[in-house]
Amino acid sequence: MTQTQDTPLLEVKDLRVEISTKAGSFYPVNGHNFTLNKGETLGIVGESGSGKSMTATSLVRLLPKHAAKVKSGSIKLEGRELLDLSEAEMRKVRGSEIAMILQDPQTSLNPSFTVGEQISEAFRLHAPGPKKTMRARAIDALRKVKVAAPEHRVDCYPNELSGGMRQRVVGAIAISCEPKIIIADEPTTSLDVTVQAQYLRLLKELQDDTGMGIIFITHDFGIVANLCHKIVVMYFGRIVESGSVERIFANPAHPYTEALIGAVPKLRGHKGRLTTIKGQPPAPMEPLQGCPFAPRCEKADSRCFAELPPTLDADGDGEHLASCWRVLDQ
Amino acid sequence: MGLRTALMCKKFKEYAVLKYLARRVASSLFALLVITVIVFLLSHLSGNPVDALLPDDASQEQIDAFIRDWGLDKPLWQQYATFLGNAVHGDFGTSLKWQGEDAMGFVLDRMPATLQLGGLAILMSVVIALPLGVAAAVYKGTPIDNSAQMFALLGQSMPNFWLGIVLIWVFSVWLGWLPTSGMGTIYHAILPAIAIAWFQVSALARLTRSAMLEVLDAEYIKLARVKGVSESVVIWKHALRNAAVVPLTYFGILAASILTGSVVIETVFSWPGMGWVAIEAIRGRDFPVVQAVIIAYAVIYMISNLVVDLLYVAIDPRIRND
Amino acid sequence: MIDFSVNRVSAMRFWVRLWSLPLVPITILLVVFIIPAFFADFIAPHDPYVPNLRARLQPPVGFGGTWEYILGTDRLGRDILSRILHGAWYVLAVSMIGIAVGVVVGTTLGLIAGYARGWFDGLVMRLVDISLALPAMLLALALAAAIGASFLSVVIVVGFALWAYFARQVRAEVLLLRNSDFVARSQVAGSSHTRILFRHILPNVMNTIVVLATLQVGIAIMLDASLSFLGIGIPRPTPTWGLLVSDGRDFIATDWWISFFPGLAILLTVMSANMLGDWLREQLDPRQRQI
Repeated sequence: MTQTQDTPLLEVKDLRVEISTKAGSFYPVNGHNFTLNKGETLGIVGESGSGKSMTATSLVRLLPKHAAKVKSGSIKLEGRELLDLSEAEMRKVRGSEIAMILQDPQTSLNPSFTVGEQISEAFRLHAPGPKKTMRARAIDALRKVKVAAPEHRVDCYPNELSGGMRQRVVGAIAISCEPKIIIADEPTTSLDVTVQAQYLRLLKELQDDTGMGIIFITHDFGIVANLCHKIVVMYFGRIVESGSVERIFANPAHPYTEALIGAVPKLRGHKGRLTTIKGQPPAPMEPLQGCPFAPRCEKADSRCFAELPPTLDADGDGEHLASCWRVLDQ
Repeated sequence: MGLRTALMCKKFKEYAVLKYLARRVASSLFALLVITVIVFLLSHLSGNPVDALLPDDASQEQIDAFIRDWGLDKPLWQQYATFLGNAVHGDFGTSLKWQGEDAMGFVLDRMPATLQLGGLAILMSVVIALPLGVAAAVYKGTPIDNSAQMFALLGQSMPNFWLGIVLIWVFSVWLGWLPTSGMGTIYHAILPAIAIAWFQVSALARLTRSAMLEVLDAEYIKLARVKGVSESVVIWKHALRNAAVVPLTYFGILAASILTGSVVIETVFSWPGMGWVAIEAIRGRDFPVVQAVIIAYAVIYMISNLVVDLLYVAIDPRIRND
Repeated sequence: MIDFSVNRVSAMRFWVRLWSLPLVPITILLVVFIIPAFFADFIAPHDPYVPNLRARLQPPVGFGGTWEYILGTDRLGRDILSRILHGAWYVLAVSMIGIAVGVVVGTTLGLIAGYARGWFDGLVMRLVDISLALPAMLLALALAAAIGASFLSVVIVVGFALWAYFARQVRAEVLLLRNSDFVARSQVAGSSHTRILFRHILPNVMNTIVVLATLQVGIAIMLDASLSFLGIGIPRPTPTWGLLVSDGRDFIATDWWISFFPGLAILLTVMSANMLGDWLREQLDPRQRQI
């Protein structure tokens, strides 16, 4: 599935995002390294506030102005450095090469425009054509995301649709220009479970059809297991563990990953109680020495509190990385 | 189920809009009725309506005829019915100050002047306030925002009649650019329109700013950016289209405020409109004309509110389906 | 029973916030408005009513005038400053009494409407709609024509212009409060409706009323000024500020100070009241504070 010899679809190296406030500054994205290949799904997992969404928005360079900016690193889309593009060039990338599906279907459609208008806006920007075909193409996009009666729905306003339907429309907007990458930022959290499952199946089918890469951002390890090929686990702005789904589930190297997996019901045939992680992540600007997870970690020792662990090779082949001192002990 | 809703969308919409508008028209008419009651009662509050509505030197025959015509010898509610019946036909009696003029006819003659001034003032407020409010929201916390806020505070605290006088002082007396008063050319309308619009600009800009701030935080704005929409289109199309609903709700108050403003400002600039007539009529104790002016103002006000309701329906699809 | 521990905490926060008082608007209000209103007799350098034809149309200091008449004099030689200082009392009285009328009428109707619901609520809300739909100026015109302009008519107009805002806001809060625990508890304890309304619910809507009332001060002063400018406010010779501006408007080309300074007094007072109202809303209104 992976094509290691080619340039990867997306290659992120040492990405750091800085947020500066009056009280000080901190890094919600701190030294990220990951790659995404064609047809691959990468899961970015972590608790809320771990910097997942900030990672996603930094990839399309839509960080909140003034407050946050990319401090260093590189984001390469098929070898092209996105951080060097002008704002106008970046706009051409957004929506046409990298699309994004946002969290909340209730609010991510503009209430003042019809579904059709919102879908065809993407076409108008990235693949202009005669006005007449716009509607047909919008209907087509709706059909692709399996919206029933798209000819009628295309003229509806968002408030006339159900939550699951709206989320499909958001999906239709995302796939309308056949992007190379879709970033889905917790796209299903506000949907009920059956709709959620349908939606995820749909995403997977679309991926099989087009070979696009998907970056899936979630706090739910259950979804990751079903959908993703690779996982990146984030804690406090840092990637604490990364590797293939199989390896990480079989042999989680970081206690935080272990705890997250433990919090998912029946994932590995666990019959025991679900584990929960005690405590809260540290406040963003808290001065830290050592591993940020140490205060909540059951296995932490004095070294964990004293020194930040480097990124270590967990399985000895460079495919499974974790930043935890325990890797050295194994 | 969802499919059927989609198919019914259109028909349902039309029905809902009609129902909504019918309700608004009914409540406007009711409010108008209340105004006629107030005006009617006030003419009796001053003691004998004969004194209020007829000139002091009226002969006994005139008084008798008046009592007969208006049914003043009948019970109060019948008098009101007569008054209302006449009012519906636009009959408020004859003017005392402007001898022989039909009260409502005289007021209607003055109406275009007031509407011109009010229209220009509304145009000015919208054209200045919307960009100002949007800029303040987009550049929140910057000097642009701060000066817009200062301007808004100043505008909402400045008495419009005083502003009118200061404008005359500066632009007519000092600089000699514009005429001091009266009506005729477009130049005559500029200063009074500014004096009326000033307060509205502040209020509208403030509202637009807060509405835009809220909308700019919305997920759909993020989605538009994610789609690759340019920042100016995001602001002026995606955001303003939604934020505009809030200032629009203010347009009802705007109409009232411009109406009030016109009474004051027409007096300052001797603009021969309804407001000027109203004040002159009060000075001349010309109650028939005062009654006619009040009712005419109320009708203008109700109609402008209905127009706002229509705009409301046009701009916000959520209301169409409510 | 009211949860006093919560109240005490918020009271403490309130006192802490007093340290961040907006001193500029408060100072302006005191100097221009409140102190003159009460002590004009002692501060004013001249009699505001008695003409002094030898001192006609004196320009203000810095424009060829003397310190004798700091802000100049009018056509009858009356000192502008003294007239402004004496006018403050009437402006204050009309706006305060007008607001008081609005507060009492609006709050009472809003309290009962929100608590009793039913037909009374419906009636009050209709009246609120109509009242908000009627520009106060129309009532002012009608009143002036019918009974003549007077202190009373201005107070009625101001009260009429404001009551509906209080009624609507108070009703909305009562609707939320009547379902709360402490109301239920006192109902169970057998308190009378009047007691629940005035002992339990009223204190909880007090913040809202204070904020709203402060924000209305500017509106009330402005309305009063407009009416007296038009000659349908408190009649002459009372030197209300609007009237003072109106006095000089035909002489703006030559003797600008007659209109200018009274208008400036209105501007400064209304602006300070608005700033203070905004500040108070931020301090007292919990919803605002959260944002």
